[in-house]
Amino acid sequence: MPAIVTNGLTRKFGDLVAVDHVNLEIEDGELFGLLGPNGAGKTTFIHMLSTILPPTEGTARVAGFDIRENSDAVRAAIGIVFQDPSLDNRLTGRENLDFHGRMYGMTKEQRNERIKKVLELVGLEDRADSLVETYSSGMRRRLEMARGLMHRPKILFLDEPTLGLDPQTRRSIWEYIQTLNKVENVTIILTTHYMEEADQLCDRVGIIDYGRIIALDDPEALKDELKGDIVSLKVQQPEKYIGVFQKSKFVGEVKVVEDLLHLRVSNGEKLAPKLMELIRKRGGRVQAVSLRRPTLEDVFIHYTGRAIREEEVKPAKVRARFWAMRR
Amino acid sequence: MGDEKMTAQAIYTLWLRDLKWFIRAKARVISSIATPFLWLAIIGVGLSATFPKVQFSGSELSPLEFIAPGIVGMTLLFSSTMFGLSVIWDKQFGFMKEILVAPVSRIHIMLGKVFGGSTVSMLQGILILFAVGLVGIRPSSLVGLLQALAFMVLISLSFVSIGLAFASRINDPIAFPIVVNFLIMPLFFLSGTFYLIGSPGLPSWLGFLTRLNPLAYGVDGLRGAVLGTSHFPILLDFAVLAVFSLAMILLGGYLFRKISA
Repeated sequence: MPAIVTNGLTRKFGDLVAVDHVNLEIEDGELFGLLGPNGAGKTTFIHMLSTILPPTEGTARVAGFDIRENSDAVRAAIGIVFQDPSLDNRLTGRENLDFHGRMYGMTKEQRNERIKKVLELVGLEDRADSLVETYSSGMRRRLEMARGLMHRPKILFLDEPTLGLDPQTRRSIWEYIQTLNKVENVTIILTTHYMEEADQLCDRVGIIDYGRIIALDDPEALKDELKGDIVSLKVQQPEKYIGVFQKSKFVGEVKVVEDLLHLRVSNGEKLAPKLMELIRKRGGRVQAVSLRRPTLEDVFIHYTGRAIREEEVKPAKVRARFWAMRR
Repeated sequence: MGDEKMTAQAIYTLWLRDLKWFIRAKARVISSIATPFLWLAIIGVGLSATFPKVQFSGSELSPLEFIAPGIVGMTLLFSSTMFGLSVIWDKQFGFMKEILVAPVSRIHIMLGKVFGGSTVSMLQGILILFAVGLVGIRPSSLVGLLQALAFMVLISLSFVSIGLAFASRINDPIAFPIVVNFLIMPLFFLSGTFYLIGSPGLPSWLGFLTRLNPLAYGVDGLRGAVLGTSHFPILLDFAVLAVFSLAMILLGGYLFRKISA
């Protein structure tokens, strides 16, 4: 039985269609990533699947239960780690876990055994009895993941699990996520707007933009679809050269993002000098050049014509500052 | 675990959390009883030194004795209604999402909060009742004490529910006390704490508004329980307040259904 099946799942906020008729199947035990820029509908999607938000149209089955008809059964079968913090800072780590276990109807023995186990999974045994307000942000995230697993859910949702964390902490969170997926055999659905996160962590990635899944496959297959290499040239007024390269038989695809000209070619190492020559002939000057295998970023650009990170920087920064102010 | 047992455990869990919060927030405990204590020590003592004794339903009371039950009521009124703030903080810090995503229905979450808030409020009210008892204003019998506690429970349940009803609709922790003060200050002034409902000189509009105020029956009932004299029959006080608290729990439960994190 698949862990999740969505059927024309749609959510509108007034005129805005946040999630647009999504049909998706996620297998049991999968580590699935939903990749897309901020505002693409990732959080709305997860909130519908976890019954926090009712769909406007369509429905989904989660762990075999319909999210509209049987929301209590869905909630008992899933765990969720929200994008924003959701711990009680004035309780200890252990008390937060215990609270959760009680709310999910676990007995005292079940709770004690499980608390020990999940603390071990996220490496927080030593700090379990400190107040959460003394935890670092990485520790808080780990505690939230442990809490999401307390009641042995079949499916765990992680909404931007590494948002706002430094690169080192991010990597350690990745390791924990993989361990949870394997050791606990829990299906994990995470959302992210970090390419590397989707690429390195997930078995399968769905790319979402304006509420629609525009590509869906394992990360390698997604990248292989864009055959060859990507040559990026930094030039002034890159739009001027689009026509030139579109006519060239060596270039598979031309995309412009900011001041970069992304050219997909079959043999980048050989062709890069020729491509630069074409620009020079037209009186342009190449300020920088890079050559790489396609990344998920290029896959996203291929489908949407935009880069994910264009939209990423501002909202994330604002949110971090907002939280800092409230503390 | 059976459904009923699970529900009971969830309500208990929410109650326990509020109790832990209260016990850990020592500054809150002290500040919450400081205000009523000042009312008694300064206003009550000052009035008693300035004005003669009050004739009340056949007894003679000092002004301090006369206002003391009302101050106990005031303590409960403020601490109960302001308890709604804990819900708003839970929304602000995201913990409300953790509560709402659990397989527990909204009505049971609301009940857990009502019991938690009422317990915390009762603890503060009992401290003030105890302080009042230290200066000799105390029920003369165990029955009187139990009556006083019953009235205190009903006042707490009513106003915790009202606070939660407001909190389910307000997300701003700064706006909440302002909005709520707008409601509770008139209720406190009109509770009959500082005047006699049956006083012949009382303007009819003031008597009318006082009779409309459910808290006035709570204060009158507390006077009856603590001092042995009340304006209304104590059973009437009890009945009015019991109906009111039930209505407020239902109203709070109704509004709480649509709460969102």
